[in-house]
Amino acid sequence: MNELVFFINKVVLAGGVIGSIYAMGAIGVTLVFAILRFAHFAHGDMMTLGAFIAFILTASFPAVGQWVGLPSAFVLLPVAMVLTALVAIGLDRTFYRPLRGANLKPVVFVMASIGVTLMIQGLVRLFAGPSARQLYIDDRKDIFRLEMPFELARMKIVITEPQILLFIFTAVAVVALHLFLTRSRLGKAMRAMSDNPDLARVSGINTDMVVRTTWIIAGMLAAAAGTLLSLDVTFKPDLSFNILLPIFAAAIVGGVGRPYGAVVGGFVVGYAETLAVFNWAILLRPFKESMPDWIDLPTKIAFVPTEYKITVPFVLLVIILIWRPTGILKGKVL
Amino acid sequence: MSGVRREIALFAGLGVLLVLVFLSQGAAYGVRMLAEASCYAILALGLTIQWGYAGLFNAGIMGFVAVGGAVTMTLTYPSNPDFWNSEGPAGLAGVALWLIGAIALVVAVSRADRIGVPKGLRNALTAVVAGAAYLVVAAQLDPVATLIEKEAGFIGGFGLPVWLGWAFGGVVAGLVAWFIGHICLGLRSDYLAIATLGIAEIIKAILKNSDWLTRGTLTVSPLDWPVPTPGDIGFVASRSAYLAVTAVMIVVIYILLQRAWHAPWGRMMRAIRDNEVSSASMGKDVNRRRLEIFILGSVLMGIGGAALVSFSRIFDPSGFIPLNHTFLVWVMVILGGAGNNRGAIFGALLVYVIWTMSEPAALALFEVVRSIGESLFAWEAPADLNSRALQMRVFVIGLTITLVLRYAPKGLLPEQPPKHED
Repeated sequence: MNELVFFINKVVLAGGVIGSIYAMGAIGVTLVFAILRFAHFAHGDMMTLGAFIAFILTASFPAVGQWVGLPSAFVLLPVAMVLTALVAIGLDRTFYRPLRGANLKPVVFVMASIGVTLMIQGLVRLFAGPSARQLYIDDRKDIFRLEMPFELARMKIVITEPQILLFIFTAVAVVALHLFLTRSRLGKAMRAMSDNPDLARVSGINTDMVVRTTWIIAGMLAAAAGTLLSLDVTFKPDLSFNILLPIFAAAIVGGVGRPYGAVVGGFVVGYAETLAVFNWAILLRPFKESMPDWIDLPTKIAFVPTEYKITVPFVLLVIILIWRPTGILKGKVL
Repeated sequence: MSGVRREIALFAGLGVLLVLVFLSQGAAYGVRMLAEASCYAILALGLTIQWGYAGLFNAGIMGFVAVGGAVTMTLTYPSNPDFWNSEGPAGLAGVALWLIGAIALVVAVSRADRIGVPKGLRNALTAVVAGAAYLVVAAQLDPVATLIEKEAGFIGGFGLPVWLGWAFGGVVAGLVAWFIGHICLGLRSDYLAIATLGIAEIIKAILKNSDWLTRGTLTVSPLDWPVPTPGDIGFVASRSAYLAVTAVMIVVIYILLQRAWHAPWGRMMRAIRDNEVSSASMGKDVNRRRLEIFILGSVLMGIGGAALVSFSRIFDPSGFIPLNHTFLVWVMVILGGAGNNRGAIFGALLVYVIWTMSEPAALALFEVVRSIGESLFAWEAPADLNSRALQMRVFVIGLTITLVLRYAPKGLLPEQPPKHED
């Protein structure tokens, strides 16, 4: 049973963690894709920026968390989310809105967003330096080791406090987004604009408001995902680097413009990554005795060596583009 | 014509800038910078036909550069007798046979719908067979790679002439482009941007981790030049000779591209770029033409990358930084003027001079910041301030892209639609 526990630790939990992060990032990407119709390359760096803001806040007020019994960075997360949302709106005002009036090809926006990416990257690295930092400054990371109820397993299921917070936060965020998009007036306006921007405009929907809301949601989720990821591991200025491609893959796999698709896509990509680098030989070990002698069990059976993890989202992307360009939930093909 | 006068003024200004660099930094440095800038100019010409002629967004230029560099390295590096005397070649041949067999099998299965297998089943079968074939080939390669790494270090090169290496660098880059373009060109440009960025990352990961092929992070040097190397005839002379080779290449490429621009082919490309629907309705095969120009541009990038890597004389896979270097080339093209070949060359020279000069400038600026901060505010500067200062250059690339897009979307030397006098 140790092997099963190992599997739960290394795949079920780890994949869930990275899947939640990808899901939150992909929701932002997919919303920007749906409303503004371009691939927002700066999203990964907005996550880094959000995490960096949370880091600065935590460093300034390290004791906040002790009042509530949660990590300070998590308590300060709403502030970081609001600040990142403001930054997102500011970026839109300065860099994207002037281009919107000019009736340009959509790919020009992609390029502008890459310019923004490089700017954020340069600034964050200038102020944060290249090293990794802990977001736990004054408080301690709680690690829970769950005993298995039966005698067979000596290993324990290990789950950390930030992982639990991440799961709860993702669930709450997805439900809240669902309610917002289906129940509220603004959410309905967003869906209308995603389906047909011209029709939405002539029927009196305030498109500026919708665009602003999109950036607020995207910025808040980006900050949350970046901070929660940094809480779980560490804050690194090059966080966005490894996360951009999986997020795009998640948004496209799920179906561009479909927030629920982004959630599905996020978990698909997250689990695909962890399953691909998982060493399957460990799961076969308990059956070694019952196997015939001529089968020589290799010590390592993994689809992809860990250093090639980045290929997994790409391969998924290629498969989905060939097989079903609309994605799992029938999104747009732009 | 004011356009011509403007062009002369801009090129004259660039000439003055280059003379200043030569005077202040010395001839050896100046020629080195020019030679590197000329390699970047080839990259910029490759990009200007993809973006300027056809409106395709390639975000993975560094990937094609790395491919060109790796192929050149493998073909031109002196051969490694340890490898040829070991069991490595036989093992690799075996892996190659397995690979060919696997590819044949996958292709055969993917054509299964011709014999009446339903499409859904065919897709599923293809995926399963491809996965299994990949695992088998990977399992075959693994021991061979370990053996080569243990006994010979890496496979070494083939000791072929440099020009052959550059040409093959272009060919392999074109093959990669064919693969990407085939999948993405039917969709909107955004998908191409994402896919090219992804392939650049993957190429870098492969080159960095396949120690048996490229020695990975250990790097390979010295690479050969098509002209005598500095060891034989000194820095200035050898670098000038190298510069002459790349300059001739630029001139040849420029003339060919200029002819293509004025030819019906170029007109068709611009028509597709400007209005896809109308050109499709005139019977142009939009995706095929796009694939054509995407491959052509990537071949140029492969050649330019090969020249760039050869010039640096060291093949270091971790030196390729996909996003940043790619967008250095992008800044060259959009600042110079997309769709204008002279603009691309001008942009490449100007931006590369600014880029290299900005390194001492950024360091000096931050030295001032540090001294002011320390003396006035008792600020303790971080120890790695210098490496951080260089990050500011990334910021400046990003700022330039956004500003140019907003205020001068056509660049300094805008595209000139050809006028036919008759």
